[in-house]
Amino acid sequence: MEIDPFIFRLSIFILSIFIGYYVVWSVTPSLHTPLMSVTNAISSVIIVGAIIAGLAGNSDNIFNNSSIFGFLAISLAAINIFGGFLVTQRMLAMYKKKKKDK
Amino acid sequence: MLSANLSAIFYLISGVLFILALRGLSSPETSRQGNFFGILGMVIAITVTFLSVGNFSSGFIYVLIFLLIGGLIGAYIAYKIPMTAMPELVAGFHSLVGLAAVFVAISAFLNPEAFNLGSPGNIKLGSLIEMSIGAAVGAVTFSGSIIAFLKLQGIMSGSPITFKGQHPLNALILISIVVVTYLLCATQSANLFWILLAISFLIGFLLIIPIGGADMPVVISMLNSYSGWAAAGIGFTLENTALIITGALVGSSGAILSYIMCKGMNRSFFNVILGGFGATDQTSSTGNKEQKPVKNGNAEDAAFLMKNASSVIIVPGYGMAVAQAQHALREMVDTLKKNDIKVSYAIHPVAGRMPGHMNVLLAEANVPYDEVFELEEINNDFANADVAFVIGANDVTNPAAKTDPQSPIYGMPVLDVEKCKSILFVKRSLSPGYAGIDNDLFYKENTLMLFADAKKMTEDITKNL
Repeated sequence: MEIDPFIFRLSIFILSIFIGYYVVWSVTPSLHTPLMSVTNAISSVIIVGAIIAGLAGNSDNIFNNSSIFGFLAISLAAINIFGGFLVTQRMLAMYKKKKKDK
Repeated sequence: MLSANLSAIFYLISGVLFILALRGLSSPETSRQGNFFGILGMVIAITVTFLSVGNFSSGFIYVLIFLLIGGLIGAYIAYKIPMTAMPELVAGFHSLVGLAAVFVAISAFLNPEAFNLGSPGNIKLGSLIEMSIGAAVGAVTFSGSIIAFLKLQGIMSGSPITFKGQHPLNALILISIVVVTYLLCATQSANLFWILLAISFLIGFLLIIPIGGADMPVVISMLNSYSGWAAAGIGFTLENTALIITGALVGSSGAILSYIMCKGMNRSFFNVILGGFGATDQTSSTGNKEQKPVKNGNAEDAAFLMKNASSVIIVPGYGMAVAQAQHALREMVDTLKKNDIKVSYAIHPVAGRMPGHMNVLLAEANVPYDEVFELEEINNDFANADVAFVIGANDVTNPAAKTDPQSPIYGMPVLDVEKCKSILFVKRSLSPGYAGIDNDLFYKENTLMLFADAKKMTEDITKNL
């Protein structure tokens, strides 16, 4: 009997939880706020689903009731992606080492 | 058009890049590189999606337009937002992830052919279950984050909102979510799908309203976790590895942060979630202690004390964020350092309104991160320090957490501020902190209370140094 592809996806999911567990414990507490903003940005990779949904409309009817939700989701996810990565960048740029000449 | 296998490989690569993005945060030196990996992973994922759909018709232009609109709004917010507003921003962003998950699920439900999930009214059972979970968790994330945002922003009162029968009602709704999901899978009825979304929005709202403002670090971390699980649910529906990996990473990340925050308050997760803390905990001992005398000082006294010290430890709290005093504080510290006084900062895990909130504010004020210490690292140093300068913090310094088993915060890890030779408290008034309990430190022989706005007081002290 063949293994259902779902099982493979489930394996990836479970193993990723463990990777997440160990990686996040090693994040230094002083960077917990950037951690939240960057996880925010990366979870917006949900935009891939939104793009598929948006492009599903046929050419004479681009905005049907299903693709319009896709388009809206693209904008929402894009706010998060740009906002999340840029604000993380801005925060991380502030974490500097002591400079003697300052 | 990209083959399904090749695009799966690319999604895997972007998943790995996201892991590296989080890995980079283990130290400030590698963090910027980590963020770059995250951006790279996102670019790969989006590009691959375009190529795999391969439909460069007029719809493609609209995708770019909507992407650009969102991107511009996001970039604008990212550049404009003050660092003190970071908790609100993160809560707002969580709500967007939740809503995006809901929208994608709706779209997949209405047009399953586009995602290879079957046809309307005949969606594959597995996909329908995954879709329902993604949509329900997304909806909870959305409405919960909206409430958290409103509370943090001050539009809604930060005090807990409780009513009779709250817990039975919530339990009932949670059970009905399971029942509706089951019926939805059995009948494929569109109406049930909308009902499921509606009650999920409702429960997200009801779950967050009873939680008080100071418990927000736990709530934000928890919603962070939910947004991850929602993304993972959608990832299973779309059979997309990048989404599944990311969802799992974000989900466990948020869960760990909630755990750390709960531990920082010595409270169980359920205790926080069931809410109501702070509203009811006006302890009996508060009344008589109000009569005790406190030593009231001014900026000159504080400056005198600090000038004669050889080491000073600064304990910032939410009050510093409210008063935007971080820059004034750093200027004061610069002056102290010119006088060869050793200065370090002590950060309690739950100081502020989100994990790491104080660290970001100090970093914004150009405080080098190697002068900033966590509770365990610095707690032994208080005994050797001359002055503790507590600015906008209260409960996290309360010795009652160690000595008084009756205290609601008993057992919570606190900073050993009382071991310092002298203590300076910058506070607006003698009012107790969010836990509604009195702080014995206020009445100690060697404590000087500085009643003023944190920013103004810090500036005045600098002038007097």
